[in-house]
Amino acid sequence: MNWEVVIGLETHAQLTTASKIFSGASTRFGASPNTQVSAIDLAMPGTLPVLNKGAVERAIRFGLAVGGTIAPLSAFERKNYFYPDLPKGYQISQYVQPVVTGGGLAIVVGDKDGFVPLTRAHLEEDAGKLLHDAVAGRSGVDLNRAGTPLLEIVTEPAMRSAAEAVAYAKALHSLVRWIGICDGNMQEGSFRCDANVSVRRRGDPLGTRCEIKNLNSFRFLEKAIEFEVRRQVELIGDGGRVVQETRLFDPDRGETRPMRSKEDAQDYRYFPDPDLLPVAIAPQWIEEVRRSMPALPEALRRDFLGYGMSPYDAALLTESREKAEFFRASLAATKISQPVSLAHWVNGEMSALLNERNLDFAASPVAPRDFARLHDRVQDSTLSSKAAKEVLHAMTAGEGDPDAIIERKGLRQISDSGALEEAVREALAANPKLVEDYRAGKEKAFNALVGQVMKATKGKGNPQEVSRILRERLAS
Amino acid sequence: MLSLEEIHRLARLARLELSVAEADDMRAQINGILAMVDEMRAVDTTGVAPMSHPQEVTQRLREDRVTETDQRELFHSLAPEVEDGLYLVPKVIE
Repeated sequence: MNWEVVIGLETHAQLTTASKIFSGASTRFGASPNTQVSAIDLAMPGTLPVLNKGAVERAIRFGLAVGGTIAPLSAFERKNYFYPDLPKGYQISQYVQPVVTGGGLAIVVGDKDGFVPLTRAHLEEDAGKLLHDAVAGRSGVDLNRAGTPLLEIVTEPAMRSAAEAVAYAKALHSLVRWIGICDGNMQEGSFRCDANVSVRRRGDPLGTRCEIKNLNSFRFLEKAIEFEVRRQVELIGDGGRVVQETRLFDPDRGETRPMRSKEDAQDYRYFPDPDLLPVAIAPQWIEEVRRSMPALPEALRRDFLGYGMSPYDAALLTESREKAEFFRASLAATKISQPVSLAHWVNGEMSALLNERNLDFAASPVAPRDFARLHDRVQDSTLSSKAAKEVLHAMTAGEGDPDAIIERKGLRQISDSGALEEAVREALAANPKLVEDYRAGKEKAFNALVGQVMKATKGKGNPQEVSRILRERLAS
Repeated sequence: MLSLEEIHRLARLARLELSVAEADDMRAQINGILAMVDEMRAVDTTGVAPMSHPQEVTQRLREDRVTETDQRELFHSLAPEVEDGLYLVPKVIE
């Protein structure tokens, strides 16, 4: 049977504002319970919400980054339900008139380019947190998170595999950090995904979907979707029917299970919040935000591809703004411009060294200017790549600029043909057996001879030069 | 017009407990309101843009600054049950 998988994602990105969306309480993570809660967050009688300009500004930034439409007039509504983490008995959200509609994200799955269209992105407030194990027999309520601004980003049901969904989630995660609207910290819940999954026989109308909650890592997202697809296909294959429901992913068992029964299906009774007037977003404001935007990852990725590097390297470089900026700054500082090789060095050795130290490119101990100089030394044959790695390690450890390290450690490659010819002559004289083997057609013997010369030069001989001179001598 | 069953469903969503007499009374009142809504619906609104607020004014925005201080002790003094900085409620697990 030929099944088609249909996936849509809803992502809650916590915005990087200092204060909450409707009150002046702090949004800092990790404070002692209920110490960052104002009377507004507690729903005290007589309080009124006042919208945070910073939250709206971040929503505009997102809308511009995905090429969406920013609503000139946008409204807030009440989503009504009762739960102890929601003191007002309703969540202030947007329903009919969200700040952003449309737009989309470019994704790369393997070496295939794709595009995921967005339905909307709207502002809303987060709920508090319930702690079930803190006090025996009771649930504890911490409202520090209540009222934290969220941007809920909703895709069209456009993805066809778990791999595509993960590629989209990663692209979105990178973008929200890139434009500085969300710190992307998934452990702290700053970036959470819900997946809507359905299956259908190819050509059929959309099947009944299930919504999977609690997906706070890319791996869980992938596992949950894969499990859910298998479950639905088996269910329909056995003559059953998928019931529309909310399911929870259990990472320990690697399975999804129903979260609430059908009788409890939510009826949120949305209506416009009379406490909040419509929000006007003037074209001048949008222009102001547009001018403050950084170059976007997709545009940089295309620039990088234009340098002739592989899609893989271009995608890796644009994983984070800091890494892309590091590359751009290094490239601008090189005297010998070899972007493809430079990309390899940034994605390879430099990334590995930072990973080892748990640093990102923003905190790199190696400045792009010094990195560029090191790369120039490889390009002008001063250093072998092996020696260059050694120099980079020393630079990362704070041992100074590349040229000083090269001199101090005596790593300069010998490209001077006089010195190399001498070493070659000695190696040939000392290894008549290898010479004989080579002349008898054994190519291995040639590599062994190169090895002898490299050994004699303490690894500092320029291997290309050594090979060239050897071939010349052996041919004469 | 709402049925008695729908009144009970609404009451449950609103977490209200209604006696039989109250449910009847509520049903009559809500149906009265709905009848007025029906009357308004009869007005031709072709070409009128829906509005989310009756006044032609827009929201004033607040600068993103932390202006609130910790008032946990004060707020906790109003709560029926607190422990370790948490408000306590009957155990709820979905």
